[in-house]
Amino acid sequence: MKRRLPWGAMARMTGRRALAAVPVLLAVTFAVFAVAEASPFDPVKAYAGTAGLTASQENLDQLRANLGVDRPLLTRWWEWLTSALTGDLGDSAVMRRPVAEVIGERLGWSVLLAVTAFLIAIALGTLLGVLAGRRRGGLIDRAVSSVAYTLEAAPAFWLGLLAIWFFALQLGALPAGGLTDTASDTVTADQVARHLVLPALVLGVSQLPWFFLYVRQGVGDALDEDPVRGARARGLRERTVLTGHALRSGMLPMLTLIGSRVPELITGALLVETVFSWPGIAAATVQAATSVDFPLLAALTVLATAAVLLGNLLSDLLYGLADPRVGFDG
Amino acid sequence: MTARFLRGTAAATLAGAVALTAAACSNPGSTAGGSGGPKDSAVVGIAYEPETLSPLLGYGKDGNSKIFDGLLAFDADMKLKPALATALPRIGDDGLTYTYTLRGGVTFSDGVPFTAKDVVFTYRTILDPKTNNASRTELDALKSVEAVGDDTVVFHLKYPYAPFAERTVHAIAPEHVAAKQDVNTGAFTTEPIGTGPYVLTGWSKGEKLTFKANPAYWNGAPAVKKFTMAIIKDDDVRATRLRAGDLDGAVLPPNLAAGFKDDKAKKTWTAKTYDYRTVTLPTHNEVAGDTAVRRALDLAVDRQAMVDKILEGAGKPAYGPVPTDSPWFAKGTERRHDLAGAQKILDEAGWKPGPDGVRVRNGVRAAFPLWYLSGDKLRQDHALAYVSDAKKTGIDITAQAGTWEVIEPRMKTDAVLAGGGAPGDPDFDQYLLLKSGLAGDGFNNMAWYDNKTVDRALDDGRRTNDPTKRRAAYDTVQRELVKNPGYTFLTHIDHLYVVDDAWDGPSTQTEPHDHGLASGPWWNVEAWTPKKAGAAKK
Repeated sequence: MKRRLPWGAMARMTGRRALAAVPVLLAVTFAVFAVAEASPFDPVKAYAGTAGLTASQENLDQLRANLGVDRPLLTRWWEWLTSALTGDLGDSAVMRRPVAEVIGERLGWSVLLAVTAFLIAIALGTLLGVLAGRRRGGLIDRAVSSVAYTLEAAPAFWLGLLAIWFFALQLGALPAGGLTDTASDTVTADQVARHLVLPALVLGVSQLPWFFLYVRQGVGDALDEDPVRGARARGLRERTVLTGHALRSGMLPMLTLIGSRVPELITGALLVETVFSWPGIAAATVQAATSVDFPLLAALTVLATAAVLLGNLLSDLLYGLADPRVGFDG
Repeated sequence: MTARFLRGTAAATLAGAVALTAAACSNPGSTAGGSGGPKDSAVVGIAYEPETLSPLLGYGKDGNSKIFDGLLAFDADMKLKPALATALPRIGDDGLTYTYTLRGGVTFSDGVPFTAKDVVFTYRTILDPKTNNASRTELDALKSVEAVGDDTVVFHLKYPYAPFAERTVHAIAPEHVAAKQDVNTGAFTTEPIGTGPYVLTGWSKGEKLTFKANPAYWNGAPAVKKFTMAIIKDDDVRATRLRAGDLDGAVLPPNLAAGFKDDKAKKTWTAKTYDYRTVTLPTHNEVAGDTAVRRALDLAVDRQAMVDKILEGAGKPAYGPVPTDSPWFAKGTERRHDLAGAQKILDEAGWKPGPDGVRVRNGVRAAFPLWYLSGDKLRQDHALAYVSDAKKTGIDITAQAGTWEVIEPRMKTDAVLAGGGAPGDPDFDQYLLLKSGLAGDGFNNMAWYDNKTVDRALDDGRRTNDPTKRRAAYDTVQRELVKNPGYTFLTHIDHLYVVDDAWDGPSTQTEPHDHGLASGPWWNVEAWTPKKAGAAKK
């Protein structure tokens, strides 16, 4: 247990990954501009809204020039990139505000939702996984496993609608959406907490099967291994065997899983936020995409890509720490 | 901000975990706040969210903003009345100058006095091409605006434009705030400051707008102290939350509004509108552009059936952009549903039935496509009914769904199921719909309608302030539309609202096509008072 942390190797891996991220991020932002350019949506129409239906062509052309969407793709991308590097993320046309502000006031709510959901998924997944893995083929195992397989196939938005129907409409126990009560205009912790329950639960539960199945497998396998049998033979208590031996090796695959679930979590959050009118970044993303709001769309994509890359790095670091045989990149 | 935020996040996460365990036993009625309490607050559910709250970008252009006032305002009968001006304008130089005297003692909600400078700033900024205002065309007649002292504003027009006074219901922005920031993206676009009866206290995009009464409002502080507009796009969810007591009122489609008929505590409001549905008959299509085909379709369509079946009675037949109950409607231009008459017109024009029942003339089949906006159930129903009515006369119309991106490039030759409508002056709709010079200009004159008599009458109508001459001009337009209909107008649609019957004061205005924030019985929420004197405890 007294092993010193391999700081040097970890830093080198982080550095290598950071360097590799640069071309990836560049390619991703360019792809966003290219895809948006090819999309059939017209940013000027989206900006004008209903007013666009009575506006003159001259008025619309002026808007096109003001918004700068009539210039070539490469120019726009390069201008966005260079000003983004100096810290100016540009203005969101659809929100009528600077992109940094739009993201700033929404990101927190998305992070709150995602982190809560992640904790729920990990905690519940581990607990159920251990219970099921302890006696594979038992009643708990069969019940939970079949539910998990079903959940794996269920899309998050469907779970969300189901949850609204049951908890909000049938039971009336929990609010169906929003960050706070409709009539309230101040954001208080207890209101947010109550409104967080359903979306976080739905998002957490939608991620649960993977954690559960990994832990169940890991714990089950570990219990069959020689050290555990040895420990049992030495007469150690079942709980010590479980937590000390089986869980430690059973948890290993979970570490990689945590990193690789990040993209799923982001897309899941997108759907869940939409279903529950959670004022996070998802609603902005959908709006940015359908109105071809280049600056907002590009910034959000960079953010999502960075989150995925960071997630992968984190899980590789943890895995390298937990199992020295794996090491840090070669 | 970040550190504080992170701590807040951690705390909220913890609270979330606690609530998670307590959720099962929480009070079932806890979401239904508001109902039963003191009625000094109102929560209404609306379907549309504004893009911006800045008058400079077009918010409040039709008056009735809760946050801002215009120089003038519309009353319940859509008659102009003074607001920030003390009286209706003095019109001089044959309709080329409009002079307004401003109300004294009015302040913006930040305490700064309102003056003529603010009016000039507002209109000049809108006219500036660098301002991203998509409604600028509506002020096309305006050449310049100047302040004479602190309390007088003079507008100079390019050409005499009779309905100009009705454009001055436009919300006025404060120069001392808005002039200091980027007009297109500054904080003012989402944190407005105005002279209006309410002050915006929060705007959670996609969720709700919250307002509190402006205690210093020049027309008296409103009795409804807190006002919330919840943005709920889905009709069913809106109805559910209204039933659950989460909302005090909501806009609803006819079938959902009918579900509240027996609810004694709620009242259904039917707003008359200028909101029409029409089929454009493009002049450049060799079938739809033919006058005989146009007249035949005009008679073949069963408008009353559409009102009864599609709108469930909430609407009326339309024969032009002007609704039949408007004072501007030309009596006698109603067309009866007359299938035989339609067939006779086609026979006489040489459209003979072909082997498949579709009429043919000089080798041209009487067929054309009709586009409607995909996802819009109401337009789809209208389009399908129109297709089936046309089929009975031997005209083969193919209904096709598409987004505006798909439809727009085809508008010159393909028919479109379109909607629109602006109450107020007859010029607002008819000029943009029918003027030949505006053919293909954005979404104006989508049918490329081209009729010299109509062009002249439209110009006569807007260039004179003489009511008799104006009436004659718009009568001419409507009678020309009988002789050569470039559009088949189908229905005018009522807008339905269900509201708690707890206040005195709600009423409805004649409403435009789009359900803006100003539409609905809450157009005058500042004038509402609680019904029972004892109800307001606080």
